[in-house]
Amino acid sequence: MDLSQLNRQGEYKWIIPKTGGMIVPGLIFASQELIEEMDHMVYEQVSNVACLPGIQRFSMAMPDAHWGYGFPIGGVAAFDPQVGGVISVGGVGFDVNCGVRTLKTGLVWDDVKPRLKELVDILFALVPAGMGSRGEISLSGSQIEDVLTTGSQWVASHGYGTQEDLDYTEDRGMVPGADPSAVSQVALKRERRQVGTLGSGNHYLEIQRVEEIYNPEVAHKFGLAVEDVVVTIHCGSRALGHQVGTDYLKLLASASRKYGIPIRERELVCAPIESPEGKRYFSAVNCAINYAFANRQVITHLVRLGFEKVFPRADLHMLYDIGHNTCKVERHKIDGQVKEVYVHRKGATRAFGPSRENLPPAYQGFGQPVIVGGTMGTASYILVGAERGEQEAFASVCHGAGRRMSRKKAKKIWRGEHLIRELEAKGIYVRGHSQAGLAEEAPGAYKDVTAVIDTIHQSGLAHKVACLKPAGCIKG
Amino acid sequence: MDTPNGSYSYFEHQADMGIIGRGSTMEEAFSQAARAMFNLMVEVGQVQPRQKVSVQCQGNDQAELFVEWLNHLLSEADIRQMAFADFRVDSLSDSHLAGAAWGEPFDPQRHYPKTEVKAATYAMLFVDQEGDQCVARCVVDL
Repeated sequence: MDLSQLNRQGEYKWIIPKTGGMIVPGLIFASQELIEEMDHMVYEQVSNVACLPGIQRFSMAMPDAHWGYGFPIGGVAAFDPQVGGVISVGGVGFDVNCGVRTLKTGLVWDDVKPRLKELVDILFALVPAGMGSRGEISLSGSQIEDVLTTGSQWVASHGYGTQEDLDYTEDRGMVPGADPSAVSQVALKRERRQVGTLGSGNHYLEIQRVEEIYNPEVAHKFGLAVEDVVVTIHCGSRALGHQVGTDYLKLLASASRKYGIPIRERELVCAPIESPEGKRYFSAVNCAINYAFANRQVITHLVRLGFEKVFPRADLHMLYDIGHNTCKVERHKIDGQVKEVYVHRKGATRAFGPSRENLPPAYQGFGQPVIVGGTMGTASYILVGAERGEQEAFASVCHGAGRRMSRKKAKKIWRGEHLIRELEAKGIYVRGHSQAGLAEEAPGAYKDVTAVIDTIHQSGLAHKVACLKPAGCIKG
Repeated sequence: MDTPNGSYSYFEHQADMGIIGRGSTMEEAFSQAARAMFNLMVEVGQVQPRQKVSVQCQGNDQAELFVEWLNHLLSEADIRQMAFADFRVDSLSDSHLAGAAWGEPFDPQRHYPKTEVKAATYAMLFVDQEGDQCVARCVVDL
């Protein structure tokens, strides 16, 4: 990115000054190194989002930001419905509530190491993944509606989870305001037997080892210690969510014309939050959010079954489950006044600080766990939300490493089978459903996740708690 | 891949993939782009065009119709659990498209599954003439 177009504010903040139709300035959180490497399209897209009606304070991008659809991936923006604020398809994305869930296993690395391959092979067979995969659960029409309206709560009450699982899921695994009539028949048809499936692309199921603890007090509260083994699930709302995105991209394109909203990029189509179209889209998003929670909950059940086969005494408990493609109604202090705003996080993670109500019981007064997935060869991180993030970034942080190389380039450089051997030499056991898919996800195709996390930590948006190293990885 | 009347290729997008269809007519360009998209998901050369599925869509302009066409094909393949390999656009106006896809039930053993395409998007969307060729392209979300 051309730094001459930015005003630096301290070590980690870069302001895009208000020009043209921008209602607010842009704000990118990044180290000098990350911003120099960042795609110029992030600058364009942050500026474009800043033009949308009702946007509050700043159009933001996180240090893992890269070129996306309308919003950059890593984009955050809050809109006030009282002043004509909008809801935009580009700010949520196609994989609604794509997110991560981390489970504590109660096992340490010495327990798991000798049986890692067996464990990964069993999970690979149990958790449906890859192109066109289907699960065992066939939902009837009314059951799909139940899942869309009550998310994880419905699947937990049908034997796929516990009350504790719900307590440690963002929004207790169920957002209100989900009316299934806002979801098209095509989307409902595409749901068929997809709850409890991982999907493909960058989605994964990973066995990880806690390598380092940075904040012993919070780590203790989260129940994490060095050498502990955890499992992380990364997936979203499957075809149902993709279809919601597809359907509303077209519907909101008409709405943007109808309400005369100037759109700088076609993917930014939107509607006023208070309009019938905006309300309907938000309702559909909530349905897909609930579906994604239910999906990760059913996969959790399958993971427990897999562990039971290898480690009968293992007892898997939730650390947390959090989405990173969402639009949420939240209360934030803006210019000294508490406002209810619609926070879009496209490839960004909510990071509530210690003073938030509604945190899971054990985390109250500490802040919410933030799970940041790295790559299958590097590391993932657990952070905790902080007051600074609440004040400066609508309680948001990054979501991953962020790509630095296209899939096309990655496929030219790496081959799936070589990558598996390379990772195995590093002690990481990888099973994938597609060799080509694996090559696209090569660790070298991503930014340095540690640099991204350090920016978040140093800027105070959230604090580092633990570093997780991959030991076994299943890719779709 | 080239045929007598058209070809398809890919272009880079940092997160996902761009698909391009080219042809002597826009109908051919749309068909080629569809083949490019399905070749991201399966090895299209391994898919037998045994079964026909008709597709109709509406839009406000040809660019919107292009994205609609691709997204209709994705949902049809998903709902029917099929893989598609051959495509034909029979009629194309500024507001309506009629076409068809040919394929067979998806078989992970034979079709070399790759990466699911979540959606065709408006990103880098371009539907127009380039010299004497018709070109249709957009980014697909993987």
